[in-house]
Amino acid sequence: MIEVRNLVKSYGYIKALDDVSFEVRRGEIVGFLGPNGAGKTTTMRIITGYIYPDSGDVLVRGKSVVQDPIEVKRSIGYLPEDNPLYDDMEVLEYLQFIGEARGLKGSKLKDALDRVVTTVDINHVVYRPIGELSKGYRQRVGLAQALIHDPEILILDEPTTGLDPTQIVEIRSLIKDLGKEKTLIISTHILPEAQATSTRILIINRGKIVASGAPEELTQLARGDHSIHFVVKIGSPEQVAGILDQTPWIEAHTYRIRDNGEVEFVIRPKGGEDIRERLFLLARENDWILLEMWREKATLEDVFLSLITEEVPS
Amino acid sequence: MIAVMKKELKSYYNSTMGYIITVVFLGLTSWLFFKTFFLYGEATMRPYFNMLPVIFMLFMPAITMRQWAEERKLGTIEVLFTLPLKDLEILLGKYFASILFLVVILVLTLTIPISIALIGSPDPGEIISGYFGAILLGGAYLAIGLFASSLTSSQIVAFILGLLFSFVLFIVGESFVTVTLPPAIAPLVRYFGLGYHFDSIARGVIDLRDVLYYLTVIVTFLYLTYIVIKERR
Repeated sequence: MIEVRNLVKSYGYIKALDDVSFEVRRGEIVGFLGPNGAGKTTTMRIITGYIYPDSGDVLVRGKSVVQDPIEVKRSIGYLPEDNPLYDDMEVLEYLQFIGEARGLKGSKLKDALDRVVTTVDINHVVYRPIGELSKGYRQRVGLAQALIHDPEILILDEPTTGLDPTQIVEIRSLIKDLGKEKTLIISTHILPEAQATSTRILIINRGKIVASGAPEELTQLARGDHSIHFVVKIGSPEQVAGILDQTPWIEAHTYRIRDNGEVEFVIRPKGGEDIRERLFLLARENDWILLEMWREKATLEDVFLSLITEEVPS
Repeated sequence: MIAVMKKELKSYYNSTMGYIITVVFLGLTSWLFFKTFFLYGEATMRPYFNMLPVIFMLFMPAITMRQWAEERKLGTIEVLFTLPLKDLEILLGKYFASILFLVVILVLTLTIPISIALIGSPDPGEIISGYFGAILLGGAYLAIGLFASSLTSSQIVAFILGLLFSFVLFIVGESFVTVTLPPAIAPLVRYFGLGYHFDSIARGVIDLRDVLYYLTVIVTFLYLTYIVIKERR
């Protein structure tokens, strides 16, 4: 559906995109994740034909955005970052303009307007000036704009930024519904957002794609599937550490001394095995007073952080 | 193109700006004209047309100042340029909207020739030629203003730049500049003057060279605007 090929784009000295390639298949909901300034918006602007790449190309349904931008723009609905709108226009006026500019007229235009107004549920504000609307409603108007020509592909740049929690839930569920019949790319710098909405996550950092996969697959990337936290009351942590060092089923461990003198060990088991029982027996054998023990799964957050902090600018 | 033009026209009349420009223009020019009209006691609109090169210089940049600057400031330029339209269509849509806005103003000034005709017998050829020239002159200023607006995201800066560009192109044709130049190049420099070409049209003489001059200015500045909007994305 969308083939992004070796995109390079610089702004002055800054390389915003450095050989970005990926593919989006029909029906996928791709979460485009990365810290601010990673190149998400630049990539989306190139796909939608707003800016041109220095080199590389994007094929949308086989059509090149460099050679045939008009054809590409026809099949995409786009909600730019910060959802820009004409404040002095009425909602319906605005949607009418977008519809007409997209070649709809007469009864087709009217049907399209009815459809989007119902989809995003803005029936009761269509005669209000856009400048008077709340942020949540503005976002709906922005989505309606992107949907008016019933595009196969929707590209949403940070669609929930600046909304309150209720509005975020509403917009997310709207996006989920849209995802049932459309191919979506949604950018965000918030991880739970990508996790909540997408079937696949692409992580971009410093203009490069650093990871791609289903949310669960990415979690697997975290080194060591889980770790055991193990709190004991003990005089000398070095002694415990020494014994742990010699234990074959432990890959690595660290400890920190809590304010009240208790010692918390974080232990990574070899091969991701469940070692809670063996740890308990080990504690009994050595007469350690075991206070707490729990297992912690590596979260996508850990993966994300490790991916985007690993690379240090040279 | 039509969709963009309609949207631009609506935005003139959705904001108070459109009405303010119209009313102030009509009020100011009518007052300036009728102030001396009865003194001379001549049934002619020539003094009215004669002041247009200067008056337009102030008003035309005000008409175009928001056209690109506001799109940039709001970010709507991104929506605009991801619609399946050619850059040229968007540019011309905006330009023709400003021309239509000017035409509406000029239609409203028709009360002046009508009043003159009621009390005397003005030369209709001169009036028709004057209005034709006013559209060409205004069209040139509007193209310059549109170009100025494409350079910035501030309406005020766009207005001042538009005024500045227009002023430069106007002043080179005025006699108090050309007399300071060596006689060999003076006529050449004067030829670039925006007001110079309007003088004969206002007298009722439509010369093809004058028409071509204005069309050249319009095409040149629209082309410059086209380059700017392509490059600044």
